[in-house]
Amino acid sequence: MDLSSINPIVLIASMMAAATPILLAATGELICEKSGVLNLGVEGMMITGAVCGFVVAAGTGNPWLGFAFAALAALAISLIFGIITQVLMANQVATGLGLTLFGLGLSALIGQGYQGVRPPRVPRIEIPYLSDIPVLGRILFSHDPMVHISLLLVVAVWVFLKFTRAGLILRAVGENHHAAHALGYRVVRVRLMAIAFGGAMAGLGGAYLSLVRVPQWTEGMTAGAGWIALALVVFAAWRPWRLLLGAYLFGGIVVLQLNLQAAGVRIPVEYLAMSPYLITILVLVIISSSRGRNALNAPGSLNRTYHASQ
Amino acid sequence: MKRRTLLASSAMALGLAVSPALADDPLKVGFVYVGPVGDYGWTATHDAARQMVEEHFGDGVETSYVESVPEGADAERVMTQMALSGHELIFATSFGFGPDANNVAARFPDVKFEHATGYTQDHDNVSLYNARFYEGRAVIGHIAGKMTETNTIGYIASYPIPEVIMGINSAYLHAKAANPDVQFRIIWVYSWFDPAQEADAATALIEQGADVLMQHTDSSAPIAIAQENGVMAFGQASDMVAFGPDAHLTAILDEWGPYYIERIQAVMDSTWQAGDVWHGFAEGMVALAPLNERIPEDVRAEAEFMIEAIAAGEYHPFTGPINRQDGSPWLAEGETAPDGDLLGMNFYVEGITAEIPN
Amino acid sequence: MIRLERRPAPSRFWTAATPVLAVLLTMLAGGLMFALLGKDPVAAIRIIFWDPLFNPQFASYSRPQLLVKAGPLILIAVGLSFGFRANIWNIGAEGQYIIGALCGAGVALAFYPLEAWFIFPLMVLAGALGGWAWAMIPAILKTRFNTNEILVSLLLVYVAERLLAALAMGRMRNPEGGGFPGSRNIANYPSASNTELIANTGMHWGVVTAFIAVIFGYILLHRHILGYHVQLAGQAPRAARFAGVNPDRLVMFCLGLAGLLAGLAGMFEVAGPAGRINIDFGSGYGFTAIIVAFLGRLHPIGILLAGLLLGLTYIGGELAQMMLGLPSAAIQAFQGMLLFFLLALDMLSNYRIRLKPREVA
Repeated sequence: MDLSSINPIVLIASMMAAATPILLAATGELICEKSGVLNLGVEGMMITGAVCGFVVAAGTGNPWLGFAFAALAALAISLIFGIITQVLMANQVATGLGLTLFGLGLSALIGQGYQGVRPPRVPRIEIPYLSDIPVLGRILFSHDPMVHISLLLVVAVWVFLKFTRAGLILRAVGENHHAAHALGYRVVRVRLMAIAFGGAMAGLGGAYLSLVRVPQWTEGMTAGAGWIALALVVFAAWRPWRLLLGAYLFGGIVVLQLNLQAAGVRIPVEYLAMSPYLITILVLVIISSSRGRNALNAPGSLNRTYHASQ
Repeated sequence: MKRRTLLASSAMALGLAVSPALADDPLKVGFVYVGPVGDYGWTATHDAARQMVEEHFGDGVETSYVESVPEGADAERVMTQMALSGHELIFATSFGFGPDANNVAARFPDVKFEHATGYTQDHDNVSLYNARFYEGRAVIGHIAGKMTETNTIGYIASYPIPEVIMGINSAYLHAKAANPDVQFRIIWVYSWFDPAQEADAATALIEQGADVLMQHTDSSAPIAIAQENGVMAFGQASDMVAFGPDAHLTAILDEWGPYYIERIQAVMDSTWQAGDVWHGFAEGMVALAPLNERIPEDVRAEAEFMIEAIAAGEYHPFTGPINRQDGSPWLAEGETAPDGDLLGMNFYVEGITAEIPN
Repeated sequence: MIRLERRPAPSRFWTAATPVLAVLLTMLAGGLMFALLGKDPVAAIRIIFWDPLFNPQFASYSRPQLLVKAGPLILIAVGLSFGFRANIWNIGAEGQYIIGALCGAGVALAFYPLEAWFIFPLMVLAGALGGWAWAMIPAILKTRFNTNEILVSLLLVYVAERLLAALAMGRMRNPEGGGFPGSRNIANYPSASNTELIANTGMHWGVVTAFIAVIFGYILLHRHILGYHVQLAGQAPRAARFAGVNPDRLVMFCLGLAGLLAGLAGMFEVAGPAGRINIDFGSGYGFTAIIVAFLGRLHPIGILLAGLLLGLTYIGGELAQMMLGLPSAAIQAFQGMLLFFLLALDMLSNYRIRLKPREVA
């Protein structure tokens, strides 16, 4: 055992990178769920983003075009879900699962011929002066820009939900769609926009995987990251800041576990791998039992189908 | 390497001489894959071999495959349907297909089954084949020992099963022989294929000082990470140099093609018999990808020499004296490991500091 | 402007017509996709939908296989449908299925190699109890702490998967398996194996149980007060409370039933078609069953048909891979499309489309 070989500063920095894809996808899903829509298709949207971002980045040599296209492509398939659940009023759980199935299949078809291709590098930006600060410099200011963009997006979502009128409308729609309708808000339109945002964010998360974290395309490469993002939203009790904490915790447990193994610490990997899920259930129990339903922050209309005539 | 091409070309010559004469109806050969053909790993190597078969026999064969088949009922159904639709030879290319292949074999005594990496052979139309990957690992272990500057080698392992443990031991013994100060850091990711986790594991190993990475998982993510971080790595299953032209020292290649061609030819000639083979460098089932330019000339020569010695049967990677991790003797001076010991290997050799999980 | 108007009762015509229409639309869209991939679309559709049933060469085999593939899907989906009707969302059937299999296999492995009549019934009991108990976790957390059952049941799937992997490599590993992960072959252990009851029919105890579940589900739904309560709770929760429906007991019942049937499905699968516990034992039946439940409109007879239809696309999809070289991803996308069309068109049976001038607000 050689714990001294673990450098905590480097460890925290790599936890942040490991958490970025799920953080991006979960931020999108948070908005979607806040509007009262449960989209279980995150995995399908992520992998669509991963492949489309990869194909465009590899084709144009520009990773940023790749990210943009990934967001667009995932947004497009999220709208299939949106139209079926919002306009045609089908069940969200079943449609979301269908979206995952469809996305996994479609991505493999799109990605044919892209195995073994190297994407253009996403440069790590060393911010002058800031990245030279001891400890904090390496942790905060020595990443690729997507890490910072994901942090900014979390802040933006927090501001949006807490301080803007649009955020208020979104929350109202998610809390009680009939009341929101009575107040004159367009429930379906708001939800479609939330779904589209969720799709775009999942696409970015997927592209982060294929362009930065793994840098390559392989079939099924998200390997369940979309489902972890879903769990994360619950873990966070639908609060952006907790989402950030949760993402780093989830990513952190994985990275820490790998580092402990590398240092020769004998840990029961199989049982440790269960721990993020068990912890999430525990957190869920604590937040659900200790306070009233409203404080729980769970959108009241989550997974309920909305029709104006009801 | 030379040997492999020699063997392949002789098989080719043989095949060309015989097959067109017999080929009235194409022989239907089925392949059952556990993963997608686009995994760039295990399944991709089997599919590359299938394409080699098609190229070799031309109109003499008709191959078909089903990918991403879960073991159990699904695998059994796929194989049965292959048998029913006239396939005469079926390659079940995953360890987990063993019981299923045997079940189907019982019902179709005229259909031949070839099961990769398994151990059950209940019927005389089931053949087993496997590759001595540990031979390849011995050579890359040697190269790693010579190339490392930090004396730390990172190993990304999948599941703690004999095949993987055998590989770690083989690599360690030869790295140690090349560089007595070498130490191994081992991470188990509990998956054969999880690019993101493999990438994270690679990052963790590099951060802890490893400058050479080895992997017993299927994705090429560790190579890409090694390239990004300016360290070295070895590919798995297929040549992964595209993912890291500087990092990629070489890769252990799974070359199933020559064996598949040989077995198909045997069916065509009606000489097929169930066997249980474990092929290595000698037969060309295990090979190394071209060595990276950065490997110095002397190390390169040593590697080539090792390959030839192993292929010629002059050197066995597990030759005593070797002790178990706890210090108890396993192989005496000059003794070589019996295959049974290797196939059931559940201990590390002396010197490895990590412990096997569970 | 197009307006959707809720029908007072679902249209009988559209209820019957939409699945047919959806399958036809999927064939069109899927055919287009196959053509884009350079494969003959007509042949592909024929192989997927026709050959497994009527191909002279192998239909006699694939027809019974349809039951083997659809059996667990139907069994799980019937259990899930009750909860879904009552707005109780158990999406963790995959976990309950895995735990049921682990419990059933655990009993078999504990008694190995004893031959006795009581082993198989004991496995059935263990499988059912295991699945039930796993489903009781979200049920109790929901009734006690008001915890969201969608998420707890989903999270428990991952826990079950990790447990499966740990046991397949640890406690349950075959001692004669040369150190490879995976248990003994339970299907080859006479007292524990779930064999075909009548040769070449595909009928094993799991399929029989699935059929019983369909009938039992039908009776429960239409002839029993519990079925009425379930429907009432889903459609009008407040009215249900007035009618004396105890919501907590309903949660316990719906989740428990789903877990029980999923556990049974897992147990029958491990003792029969799968034959052993292995790392990859859970191959998504629990998730696919959710799709089956909705395709079948949460009705037992509909689920029976939906299970068979989905089973057909699996088996036909394998044949299409084998015979045309279609990638398995194309089949996945095809199944996704089928689901999308069915769900999208379902609207027609519940709503009327009206063309109306835009209202002046």
